[in-house]
Amino acid sequence: MRQAFIQALCGLAAADDRIVLLTGDLGYMVMEPFIERFRSRFFNVGVAEQNMIGVATGLAEAGLRPYAYSIATFASLRCLEFIRNGPVLHRLPVRVVGMGMGFEYGHAGPTHYAVEDVSVLRTFPGLTIVIPADSEQAAKAIQATADIEGPVYYSLGKDDRLSVTGLGGSFELGRLQIARNGDDLAILSMGSVASEAAAAAEMLSSRGVNATLGIVSSFNPDPVDDIAGLLSRFQFAITVESQTASGGLAALVGTVIASKGLPCRLRLLAIRNSHDGTSGSQQDRWRKHGLDRENIIDAALVSLGVSPR
Amino acid sequence: MRDGLDGRNRLKWGRITTSVFFDPQGLKRAPNDHFAMTTQDKGDAVRMAKEIDAKQVRRIILQQSKRANVGHIGSCLCVVEILSVLYREVLRIGSPTDPDRDRFVLSKGHAALALYAVLALKGWIASDALGTFCGDDSHFGVHPEPFVPGIDFASGSLGHGLCLAVGAALGARLQKSMRRVFCLISDAECNEGSTWEAAMFAAQHRLNNLHVILDWNGQQALGRTGDVLDLSNLRERWRAFGWDVSEVDGHCEDALRQVLINPAAGDGRPRIVLAHTRFGKGVSYMEQGVPLTQTNLPVQPINWHYLPMSDLEYRIALEELENSR
Repeated sequence: MRQAFIQALCGLAAADDRIVLLTGDLGYMVMEPFIERFRSRFFNVGVAEQNMIGVATGLAEAGLRPYAYSIATFASLRCLEFIRNGPVLHRLPVRVVGMGMGFEYGHAGPTHYAVEDVSVLRTFPGLTIVIPADSEQAAKAIQATADIEGPVYYSLGKDDRLSVTGLGGSFELGRLQIARNGDDLAILSMGSVASEAAAAAEMLSSRGVNATLGIVSSFNPDPVDDIAGLLSRFQFAITVESQTASGGLAALVGTVIASKGLPCRLRLLAIRNSHDGTSGSQQDRWRKHGLDRENIIDAALVSLGVSPR
Repeated sequence: MRDGLDGRNRLKWGRITTSVFFDPQGLKRAPNDHFAMTTQDKGDAVRMAKEIDAKQVRRIILQQSKRANVGHIGSCLCVVEILSVLYREVLRIGSPTDPDRDRFVLSKGHAALALYAVLALKGWIASDALGTFCGDDSHFGVHPEPFVPGIDFASGSLGHGLCLAVGAALGARLQKSMRRVFCLISDAECNEGSTWEAAMFAAQHRLNNLHVILDWNGQQALGRTGDVLDLSNLRERWRAFGWDVSEVDGHCEDALRQVLINPAAGDGRPRIVLAHTRFGKGVSYMEQGVPLTQTNLPVQPINWHYLPMSDLEYRIALEELENSR
């Protein structure tokens, strides 16, 4: 989604000279197209995420539209209070861009795993969260949310090749996107791990199990009604996310089921364990935390009372 | 998403209509409070001159903090001359909603009452609104809130304000505006790493439209700055970070005026004025921590970072103020 991001941003910046791009000294092979075209609106603030968000807040108060970019953990957690007391408290249009969702930085290790950014930032009312599932959706989402008056956090992936079959780049703020229809159970996912959920749904169908795949790609506003409407038709649902279970997608879906009194049994696949001192590829991390396609398939079959494999 | 607030969510003038100085929602007041606001006090408030006068600012700080029974008095009293000179003679603000106004960031947000007092004298905060200070559902808490005309940025978390001011200064630069940004930070905020992040950025980008005043009172929440993290070489530190550093008596309005109306450094360096101040300035027992015999008064200036005044302390403070020049 990196190329999708910078291309979308260049398109926006060409039409809107209020757009300014800040980076915390990251974005090699990402920033270049913007720098070439809009050098006077690009600032490398150095390795200083707190100041980056503070500067962005001051710029936004002056009427500018700053996008503040870093690796997702640094962009969200290092400067968390600056986001809270800055754009959120002042309701200013700062865009915080976190790159490398979930376990994308695999071998870089746990300091680089963005597995709490969305689940933590979701707790800030007034901060819109956008977490696209693939590049095509990212491009659409960045354009669709450019004019939001309040702050936005974008949790983006590095990978520009991943694609969620059936999603077709659709995005609507506060809405659920349906990438696949089936009558046996609902799978809800978000972010780049949604491609794993899509693969699992495809493999399930070859075993005669038909799943609906819903993609959640924004919070605040949460797609509450869409989720409630969908899950009212199902006895079983599974959430798949590379975020901590408390606060993320599972927390939203569980709250919707409980508050609407839906007779739907939820199985949640999310990060539950603290770090164990190992690192590995994204695929390896998905396996370790039970987010890979095989585990999703097992969860679906167990939910339906079918013996796995 | 906008919660019904319009535009930049700024409050409309005169929207707060609670009564002068008396909190209708019943702020706690001691039953034997001989020093409650008198009719004359209220009259004084209504007659507030548009001209900002340090003595009047101090009077409001004492009155309001006593009425609301809150502390942070020492931190407010030491910045009175700085704020008075800024708002009377330095800041170019036609209206607090003018997008091209000079910006002011009170980074040491716990001195907000001093700022409210100045804005009230300026006529930007209605005196009845000021009377809601620390009341229920008030826009005027111990730390400044956004959406109040005249308050450009909320603060209260130390180390945040200078970053905001740097962004505001960069914004002015990008918009090719001549407006300037002033920021008042405390010495203790130099404990915060983010202050130095902002300092480096401002120097790197030659933001000489940024003017910082450092309230060098030597006091922080739990002790003297020298006993917590030594700040004795502040001028060398700021110089080393590429700033144009000057020093001034933070209670001498002439000296403050002279340094603050100076044009920015021609070489692009951002400017910091190290203002030597006295914590609790104007109230002897707050300045010196001298115990009074009549009561169990605290003996350290540090207490006046936290404590509200007793009736006796309030009376003495007002007497000292009225007897001062």
